[in-house]
Amino acid sequence: MIKRPPQIDENPEGVELPLEPLPGHASRGRLERVLRRGEFAVTAELNPPDSANAQDVFERAAVFDGWVDGINAVDASGANCHMSSMGICALLTRMGYATIMQIACRDRNRIAIQGDVLGAAAMGVANIMCLTGDGVQAGDQPGAKPVFDLDCMSLLETVRTMRDEEKFLSGRKLTTPPAVFLGAAINPFAPPYDFRPLRLAKKIAAGAQFVQSQYCYDVPMLREYMKRVRDLGLVEKCFVLVGVGPLASAKTARWIRSNVPGVHIPDAVVKRLEGAENQKQEGKRLCIDIINEVKEIEGVSGIHVMAYRQEEFVAEIVHDSGVLKGRKPWKREPGADDALVAERLDHILHDNPSEKPVEMVKDAAG
Amino acid sequence: MSRRESAKAAAPAVTQATLVKKARDRIAYKPADVSPQRRLQRRYTMRLWSVRHARFLEWFYGRFADLFLALHPLWKAIGYARAERPVKFVERQVKGLMFDCRMCGQCVLSSTGMSCPMNCPKQLRNGPCGGVRANGHCEVEPDMPCVWVKAWEGSRLMRAGDAILTVQKPVDQSLRESSAWLRVTALAAQKRETGNGTAA
Repeated sequence: MIKRPPQIDENPEGVELPLEPLPGHASRGRLERVLRRGEFAVTAELNPPDSANAQDVFERAAVFDGWVDGINAVDASGANCHMSSMGICALLTRMGYATIMQIACRDRNRIAIQGDVLGAAAMGVANIMCLTGDGVQAGDQPGAKPVFDLDCMSLLETVRTMRDEEKFLSGRKLTTPPAVFLGAAINPFAPPYDFRPLRLAKKIAAGAQFVQSQYCYDVPMLREYMKRVRDLGLVEKCFVLVGVGPLASAKTARWIRSNVPGVHIPDAVVKRLEGAENQKQEGKRLCIDIINEVKEIEGVSGIHVMAYRQEEFVAEIVHDSGVLKGRKPWKREPGADDALVAERLDHILHDNPSEKPVEMVKDAAG
Repeated sequence: MSRRESAKAAAPAVTQATLVKKARDRIAYKPADVSPQRRLQRRYTMRLWSVRHARFLEWFYGRFADLFLALHPLWKAIGYARAERPVKFVERQVKGLMFDCRMCGQCVLSSTGMSCPMNCPKQLRNGPCGGVRANGHCEVEPDMPCVWVKAWEGSRLMRAGDAILTVQKPVDQSLRESSAWLRVTALAAQKRETGNGTAA
């Protein structure tokens, strides 16, 4: 039980519990509510730790507190091994965070994936994002077996079938279907450019309800893409969140351009960073400028901030770009009893060190 | 504890990127036909020819499928199971030459602009991944033109090219190494028979 007035999009019985189901909503999560209310949503990507320490995850999530509507738990992005998205979601949902669990087809076959979907939904994961995943050659273990049993499209369709038709891919019945809001990825910045909007249409047909895009550094290109997406009438069927992120320096930009598959960084961006005195500041500035341009594009429902290893800047970027328009996303607050314990502990540790019974007797005697 | 910490402090910060870079040198040499990730170093000449002539091949395949269906009594007489081996052999050679076929057993060439999607290192059957390079080449194999970029080009040439927009089911791995020609024929024949049955 929460002893304080509940925040918006919060179950008063407990932060970790699913919200009241609403008509027309696929999930019982916070992100879907924000998007369906027509608010400009902000999601961020959590940098998964290379550790078995839960505290690492909590610390990394706390950075986003009160600034984002959803936290992406990446599934070994770039084929680099980290804590699994399932593990991160298990930890974060327990704390009440709205997580977006990414599932990449690279590492698991359809049997494992369908099992994970059920497990995740049972844990309280309300959003699942279906990805193909980078090839294993991109990561730290290029000798691994690439599975790719499903692809992002058939994965979307599989999870949608599980949710809407209440059955596995095999046709076997589910007793409780996973109530999840389905996401997918788009990359408007890679060829074949003509096909990209149609591919989004295909993803929507397969079940995508929201999409997050690859890093956007080329706004005119995005505008062109969004125009075609609008013409196809896709923005009514799907929420588009545009991926943005600060670049740490011109050197990083060049490295990303040549080493990270699918990221398109125009020369103008690299030049602008190069010319700046403080490249890190300029990278952040650039990110804010891009957000300001992107939020004006018709059909864009939100942004997805991927500030890899600069997560501490997310709050500042979101604040300075003013995309929330004064809205306060859900923020983790200590429960009433937690606050009591913390206060008491603080008192014992700092204010009055002589609380041992022996000393109290001595004090009374003296 | 202090020793561990001091060791940690003394070690230079090695980033993931550095490790990957170092590993890349170590594993630079790979015989082409060992890893499933690396195809024989070829020039993709035939594959690209097939895509350029997608419209002709579409027309040809239409005739060819009709022929196979007309031969249904023959296949039935031989027995589909017994015909499987020789037909599969021919199919493998022909489609292997034309499309670098990987014998998935459930051909979707007509929906993918005559560019075999099983040649994609991620075996995507529903469109290109987000990693396509700016020059239209594959993320995994930098020398290979993206199978799906070619598929899109091929599909634009075809009469029924919009089949590329339908969502394909996941690959049924149990059909690997079987003849797609015979399966399609058997299914068409069955459909024809049941269709006639219900009509009559």
